Amino acid sequence: MILDYIKLVIINLAHRKLRSLLTIIGIFIGIAAVVSLLSLGQGVNFAIREQFEKMGADKIVVLPGSSGQMGLLSASFASKPLTEKDVDKISKIRGVDIAAGIIFKSARVIFGKETKYVFVTGIPLDETKEIIKTMQQFEIEKGKDLNEENKYEAVVGHDFAYDLFEREVKPGDEIEIEGKKFKVVGILEKIGNRMDDTSVVISIKIAKDIFDVEDEISIIFVKVKKGVDVNSVAEEIKEKLRKLKNEEEGEESFQVQTSAQLMERVQTILSLFQIMLVGIAAISLLVGGIGIMNTQYTSVLERTREIGIMKAIGASNLDVMLIFLIEAGIIGLVGGIIGCILGIGMAKLIEIYAANTGFSTLKAYVDSTLILGSLAFSFFIGAISGFAPARRAAKLQPAEALRYE
Amino acid sequence: MNKPIIELENVSKIYKLGKVNVKALYNINLKIYPKEFLAIIGKSGSGKTTCLSIMGCLDLPTRGKVKLLGKDISKFDDRELSKIRGKTIGFIFQMFNLIPTLTTLENVTLPMIFQGVDKEKRIKRAKKLLKLVGLEERMNHRPMELSGGEQQRVAIARALANEPQIILADEPTGNLDTKSGKMIIDILEKINKEKGTTLVMVTHDIELASRANRIIKLEDGKIVKELKRKK
Repeated sequence: MILDYIKLVIINLAHRKLRSLLTIIGIFIGIAAVVSLLSLGQGVNFAIREQFEKMGADKIVVLPGSSGQMGLLSASFASKPLTEKDVDKISKIRGVDIAAGIIFKSARVIFGKETKYVFVTGIPLDETKEIIKTMQQFEIEKGKDLNEENKYEAVVGHDFAYDLFEREVKPGDEIEIEGKKFKVVGILEKIGNRMDDTSVVISIKIAKDIFDVEDEISIIFVKVKKGVDVNSVAEEIKEKLRKLKNEEEGEESFQVQTSAQLMERVQTILSLFQIMLVGIAAISLLVGGIGIMNTQYTSVLERTREIGIMKAIGASNLDVMLIFLIEAGIIGLVGGIIGCILGIGMAKLIEIYAANTGFSTLKAYVDSTLILGSLAFSFFIGAISGFAPARRAAKLQPAEALRYE
Repeated sequence: MNKPIIELENVSKIYKLGKVNVKALYNINLKIYPKEFLAIIGKSGSGKTTCLSIMGCLDLPTRGKVKLLGKDISKFDDRELSKIRGKTIGFIFQMFNLIPTLTTLENVTLPMIFQGVDKEKRIKRAKKLLKLVGLEERMNHRPMELSGGEQQRVAIARALANEPQIILADEPTGNLDTKSGKMIIDILEKINKEKGTTLVMVTHDIELASRANRIIKLEDGKIVKELKRKK
């Protein structure tokens, strides 16, 4: 019986094509927006998780600045920097395997006749180098790694080499950083974000020299010994640094985060952002729903006589109600199907665009839950919006409806 | 004589038009028996259509009792009423009242859909009925592509879809030329005679009414005359 009703509904919708189409457009714009935002959000989420997994759960990061300030970027602007002393102190804590500090600063770089501003990372070249390479995901693609801490040598990011300057930067080329000449020895593999992929890596000793800082560390990376609880080591670091710097609890000039905390933090911010965007998209769905309601009210009015006829030949209130509900639901569902296709297409386009501009972490992730969920949701929106009009149709008195001209 | 198939007891119908109460029907007492062909005549506004609507459960009386097949319908809920409208009664209207977006065949199968008849059976029966009214060639046409007489024949086929015991026809020839009108009445009369379906027809055409077994005349919502034809 429901199948027969669906057929009746389709005949009806096909009969008033333009109006059905316009109503469907109202829905699919909203669904397309929601689907593309959710799939991109999900994709970014996965990419971030993947990066953190590569980093490993046994890592701790110490940043300057109070915990109120967010993120790695604050490292280069914090008022009170970390020092070599802090690194030493941390590396002596029980449970700490390696502690290594890096310098991370924006610098003027000249290659040929072009000048660019990029981030320069100064890393130690002793045995602690490995942890930095895992944390920062530095892998040499071409050329060789840095290994002489007193030489003016540089390893450059993937985009720095191939994309930043008019001419490709090759191992053996010479670049100028803050007025000093460096020899490019290697090129890094692509990491996936523009900031890292356009950066330059040099020895920390030389970095201190060219940036003219005696004792300043931007970030300290810590690797915990095998089998040691990461969280308790993080607490220990906090306490020791507090003592060293003579600071009160809660008013520290630094922050200590485990890789799990770091990931959680990034994900929280990401999901908040996503909720906000989806919320905005949801408003357009609401408008689409009101569109369905409007169309269905008009339809009930127009077909009053038809409803009377159907009742005269045996349709019950429930039958009439069902027919109108299915009609609204199908408008929603068709809008959902088109919206899904469009939304996925949009997300893929954004992914391609992002990849071309260097943000390869921005990937669209589409799964069956997302698709089925949004289809069910669009049907639901249709049916909910169609409910009041359907009820009005069902309640019409047959004799009265038949008299309607 | 057997029990009446339709029974109206002191039935009144009052419409409220703004502040004025309009008495469409006033204390109607009427018994209609199985296989009868009853004509209801009267001027427009005399209450004929209201009377037919109440018999057919399209409308409920303000006062009084309506019994169909011996059962008081005032106690019925919407589901039972719609079942009576769909199964026991077949309606034929002056305006044909076909669904314009559906084909002839779909229009005839529609009442069977509401009764849950399965698809194969539905189509078979609809085709048979269309053959009965001489429209088997017009199965896939839409109402707009048919003449008035043809549309009314589709409506008859639709009314017969669930093998009703009663056919209620409201001015079935009112919108038709004499020739098509005659054809419609011939078909209805044939159904009444051959299948024994009770036929109640509202008309203002005395000549048509004279073909019935019994005629009642309504005036201002009251029965003012009753005529029986001897066979």
